[in-house]
Amino acid sequence: MRYIEPHAHMVSRTTDDYEKLVTAGCEAICEPAFWAGFDRGSVEGFRDYYLQLTQYEPARAAKFGIPHFTWICLNPKESEDLSLAKDVLEIIPEFLDKPNVLGVGEIGLNKNSRNELEVLERHIDIAAQRDELILVHTPHLEDKLKGTKLIIDALRNNSKIDPGRVVIDHVEEHTIGLAKDNGFWAGMTLYPESKCTSMRAVDMLEMYGTDQIWMNCACDWGISDPLAVPKAVFEMRRRGHSQETIDKVVYANPHAFMSQCPKFKV
Amino acid sequence: MSELKEVNLVDHGFMDARIKAIDIAAFLDRVQRAGQDNDYRVSALKSALKHLLEQDTNRAKRVLLSLSDPTEEPIPFAPGKGAAGAWQEVDS
Repeated sequence: MRYIEPHAHMVSRTTDDYEKLVTAGCEAICEPAFWAGFDRGSVEGFRDYYLQLTQYEPARAAKFGIPHFTWICLNPKESEDLSLAKDVLEIIPEFLDKPNVLGVGEIGLNKNSRNELEVLERHIDIAAQRDELILVHTPHLEDKLKGTKLIIDALRNNSKIDPGRVVIDHVEEHTIGLAKDNGFWAGMTLYPESKCTSMRAVDMLEMYGTDQIWMNCACDWGISDPLAVPKAVFEMRRRGHSQETIDKVVYANPHAFMSQCPKFKV
Repeated sequence: MSELKEVNLVDHGFMDARIKAIDIAAFLDRVQRAGQDNDYRVSALKSALKHLLEQDTNRAKRVLLSLSDPTEEPIPFAPGKGAAGAWQEVDS
C-alpha cells in the first residue's frame, strides 16, 4: 500500500514515528504550522519554528527517505494577541518561498472570535495575492459548525480565492457538506477521542463520494495516532472497498491537490 | 467509487456499538450517583441521545448539530483555547 500523509505535526513526534510511517507505506508527509501547546512570546519564536519546519524537519525526514512538505501560518489559537499576530504575518511571505512550503496553513478559527477572524482574513489576503494553496483548520467540537460557516464566508468573500485550491480540514458529518457543496476539498482527521474515527470517515466516503477528499492523522503532541490512515485503510478493506478506491483516497487525491503547487514532487 | 463488496455491517460493528452504548449508560449512572448530572454537558448529551432512536438516517449529523454552538456572529474575544464538547449559552 502507498499513501500520502497530508497532515502530520512531526516536530512533536519522535523519530520512531518516521520509521513507522515509512514501514506502513507513507511516501510523503505534509506538515502544517500549528500551535505548540503554549503561546509563543515573540516574532523570533515564530521565526525559529518556521526555520524548524523548512530546514530541520525536512532533513530529519530525509534520513528515512520521506519527502517532507510544510505549510506556513500563524495558528488561530495565537490570534488573540493582534499586535503580535500582525508582526508575525509580516515574516510569513519570506518563508512561503522556501522549497518545501506548499502554501498557507493551517489557518482558520478556534473559538470564533473577532480577532481570530481578522487574522484569518489577513492570511486569506496573503494567499490570494500570491496565489498560494490554503489548508484550513476548522474549530473543535461545539465550535466547529459555526466556525466552518464563518471560514467559508471569509473565503467566499475574497474573489481571488479558488475553492479548488483550498482544503477544509477536520470535517465531520455536520460540516462535510458545507465544504464540498461550496467546491472546497475536504479533509477528515482521524483522532481517537475527537474529530472522527475510521468507521465514521469511511461512512462519509460512502455517503459523499471519494472526489476532493482525503484522510489524515494530524498527529501532534496530543492524543493522536501517526498510523491512523493505514488503520482507516484496513477499515475500508473490511467494508469491501477496492484497492483502486483506497489508492484514490489515500494517495491520488492528496497528490492531486498538493500537485497544484509546483514544489510538490513525489 | 467502484462497487462495494457486500459485507455484513452488523457483524462488523455490533460489538463496538454495544460497548459504547453500555459505556454511555454507565457514565450517566456514575454522574447521577455523584450528584453531578445537572452539569450542562450531561444535559446536552441527554438531548443528543434522543436522536439515536429516530428513524431517519443522518443520526450522527443530528447528534453533532445538537451539541454545536447555534449562533452566527463572532464572539468579542476568545475566553480560552479549549472546547468542552457541548455548547453553553452565556450572558453577554
